[in-house]
Amino acid sequence: MKRRNFIYLTGIGATAAMLPAIPVWGNEISQERSLEYIDPAAKKLLSDVALNAARAKGATYTDVRVGRYLNQYVVTREDKVQNIVNTESYGVGIRVIANGCWGFAATDQMDKDSIAKAAELAVSIAKENARLQNEPVQLAPQKGYGEVSWKSPIEKNAFEVPIKEKVDLLLSVNDAAMKGGADYINSILFMVNEQKYFASSDGSYIDQDIHRIWPTFFITKINKETGKFETRNALSAPTGKGYEYLDARPQDKIKTASGTLYKGRYDMLEDAKQAATQVGEKLKAKSVEPGKYDLVLDPSHLWLTIHESCGHPTELDRVLGYEANFAGTSFLTLDKWESKKFKYGSKEVNITADKTEPGSLGAVGYDDEGVKCGKWDVIKDGVLVNYQAIRDQAHIVGLDHSQGCCYADNWSSVQFQRMANISLQPGKKPLSIADQIKNVEKGIYIIGDGSFSIDQQRYNFQFGGQLFYEIKGGKIVGMLKDVAYQANTQEFWNSCSAVCDQSDYRLGGSFFDGKGQPMQSSAVSHGSATARFNGVNVINTARKIG
Amino acid sequence: MAILSKEEAQAILKKVLSYSKADSCELSLSGSDGGNIRYARNAVSTAGQISVMDLAVSATFGKKTGVATINEFDDASLQKVVKRAEELAMLAPENPEFMPLLGPQTFQESATYNAKTAAITPDTRAEMVGKSLQVSKAANLEAAGFLENSTRFNAIMNSKGLFAYNKGTDVSFSVTVRNQAGTGSGYIEQGFNDLDKMDTLTLSKIAASKATGSAGAKAIEPGKYTVILEPLAASDMLGNMFRGFDARSADEGRSFMSKKGGGTRLGEQLFSENVNIYSDPMNPEIPSSTWTGDGLPVKRTQWVKNGVVKNLAYSRYWAGQKGVEPLPFNRSIVLEGGTQSLEDLIKSTEKGILVTRFWYIRSVDPQTLLLTGLTRDGTFYIENGEIKFPVKNFRFNESPVIMLNNVEALGKPVRTGSGMIPPMKIRDFTFTSLSDAV
Repeated sequence: MKRRNFIYLTGIGATAAMLPAIPVWGNEISQERSLEYIDPAAKKLLSDVALNAARAKGATYTDVRVGRYLNQYVVTREDKVQNIVNTESYGVGIRVIANGCWGFAATDQMDKDSIAKAAELAVSIAKENARLQNEPVQLAPQKGYGEVSWKSPIEKNAFEVPIKEKVDLLLSVNDAAMKGGADYINSILFMVNEQKYFASSDGSYIDQDIHRIWPTFFITKINKETGKFETRNALSAPTGKGYEYLDARPQDKIKTASGTLYKGRYDMLEDAKQAATQVGEKLKAKSVEPGKYDLVLDPSHLWLTIHESCGHPTELDRVLGYEANFAGTSFLTLDKWESKKFKYGSKEVNITADKTEPGSLGAVGYDDEGVKCGKWDVIKDGVLVNYQAIRDQAHIVGLDHSQGCCYADNWSSVQFQRMANISLQPGKKPLSIADQIKNVEKGIYIIGDGSFSIDQQRYNFQFGGQLFYEIKGGKIVGMLKDVAYQANTQEFWNSCSAVCDQSDYRLGGSFFDGKGQPMQSSAVSHGSATARFNGVNVINTARKIG
Repeated sequence: MAILSKEEAQAILKKVLSYSKADSCELSLSGSDGGNIRYARNAVSTAGQISVMDLAVSATFGKKTGVATINEFDDASLQKVVKRAEELAMLAPENPEFMPLLGPQTFQESATYNAKTAAITPDTRAEMVGKSLQVSKAANLEAAGFLENSTRFNAIMNSKGLFAYNKGTDVSFSVTVRNQAGTGSGYIEQGFNDLDKMDTLTLSKIAASKATGSAGAKAIEPGKYTVILEPLAASDMLGNMFRGFDARSADEGRSFMSKKGGGTRLGEQLFSENVNIYSDPMNPEIPSSTWTGDGLPVKRTQWVKNGVVKNLAYSRYWAGQKGVEPLPFNRSIVLEGGTQSLEDLIKSTEKGILVTRFWYIRSVDPQTLLLTGLTRDGTFYIENGEIKFPVKNFRFNESPVIMLNNVEALGKPVRTGSGMIPPMKIRDFTFTSLSDAV
């Protein structure tokens, strides 16, 4: 699902009021229908039609994705339910290589004739464009797996939970926030089920059932006298879990001096209550004095910095120039990787790519070009050691196999290289959040993600947050506002001086990582433990208009 | 199948309505047929063609609404989708903001469709991309670009007799050209309804010349500068601001359009006196649909006159709450300017920075609409009316509201995205740091 559709359907942007009333981006279906699962044998039959039709027209490679993409969302504000929708998008995307060039066509007409025609169209597009190629596409070898399947390891299918239970949860969250002093709250439960069937001319027939969930809210409090307002967003993370994500147990909570943080599972009601209090504190908080600070960054914040400054620049398609016209290229050029000594960060910085981590958004059994997923080092002891690659790029970095990073956000989108879960590994020595703060003389402790921006080669970035606490002499002395930090990626990661231990390791992530043309969204998680960065430049973002 | 005529769409919608048993029923039928080529490293990377058609049925009992959609169009499927929407409506809680449906409306005929654009084939696209590659290869530069075209139709009908239909075409092209050393980069993008206006060869030459001209950029100190924003850069900044012309969020106190002590800034002088902004779906350069999804006619609307906020957009619900007429926003925005060209603006500048475009713009503070982002693909230092040398990219922290209070001059508007935006000369634009990115 595209981010702009999400914003529109959920009404969380001001744009919502300006757009058409009826959403059309997937088929909206009843809840019962969303629990149906299409028989893999039927999908195999349709896939074989496409594989045969493409081969008959001269394709040297074909893959077919029969996809059923289900979303359910429940959207509320204050005491109102704004929208409850089940959507379905079902169709087939066919990708071929003919005359050494890629071609793609997609259709939602699921009869054999239409599918065969789409396969033929894909071949003719490939042949038409082959004249613009400089060299033929080169695919890393991939054995066929035969008929296999994979499912997200969820405990409770969110699509099976009655709508009423979800509505009641959100309205109770809203009620708690309003009683706590919020002026407005928008709350949303967003659930995704991708039922993906992949077949290829390599001999794979892969059936996967993938689940994701994201409960979130946005609270606003206004000081009518001054006309100022502040917001506080939920500290939840979108995850690759089922509805169990909303059943937080005591062991899922981290109690700190500044409130409760969540690990693995989330207590939405509790977070709404503390958010209502904290948004009031934000209105009264001291405006930050710009300058250099040691930053202590919570995983609910740091995931986004990892995403932007490590996840994206280590994507091989960006390094090679395939994203030059949109998302950009990368400062992590091949020569830096070849040198085996490029100091991306301090020795505390160990970053891995992982497509298998349970509960993460990127976890799948196989990627969207039929490659079994795995885990590998990207930054080892601060040094750049690897990228994220797919089949038609692997040979460029001397790999004899793809790293399984291929993804398409819909059957109608062509798959390409997308980010694996990229995570900062926890420190090896015992270190708690309290220890981190105790060791800082002049610093800011940042919780939650806020504004984010980074250049097209991933050098210069600026990040905001949700909650900012001033640290003086090893103690939190109060809340700050108008905080953003600006840094250069390499300098920032080289200033990383301590990472908390495994017991503090948590996942954050995004449902809407945008890349490609036409733009596609992908969901990805980033893990870390609370980490410290020394001497980072902090700016004050307060302005006055009118 | 994907692109239906007005009569074909009307016939399907009438049939669907005849199945409805709800208090009220609203239908939306839309289809698109489109193709694209993406290229990078001077060769095609992906290309595809996609065709889809969907029907959405919104059924309401009292204030309880259910929505269902389908992409099969036989009678049984159409009956099924109506039934499903009605079942969902029964299960749904009441929506206190539900608005009764509009009756028949009169809409202007829009000029969004062009037959030649609708006739684009994979071969046309390959040829257009070929011209772009010809430029980069001849100059030993490297191009990455995207060409996309689509034909779409939308039709709505409701049980109160409202019907609207629109058919449109689009072709859009963007290209980034870089030098082999990776020290220079240029970009251009353009979109039209009419294929004849799209010249991928000339556009690619502009991007190539920026790539060569921006090589070897020098670092200059960040700070406040007079900037000349090319229309693309200006449009990047303003898109965020236009989204804030929403009455409800302003009334609720959570927008830059909110007033201290309550209410909105409607009627206030919020911008320089030379700022005039209107939208008009009938503007021949930037035609768009003349109706909204809920059937409101879209007409020419003045948003800002001589720097004063003249209108905010009201949804039907919010208009009802506030006792005003509903007013939809429209993407065919015109920011009026003068007759000066970009070159004229440069000539009149003693000291300043020319910005080709911005990148990764994000809101930092919704209260002041403070945005951050970076320059990209061609940033140049101007002295004594001439471009002197390329400069390294900057990060900025600036509000478009503050920017439109610091307008020195506005040039001649050109089509940029879905609007007509002039090149702008702005004083005291705030750059806060340097970036090594090219």
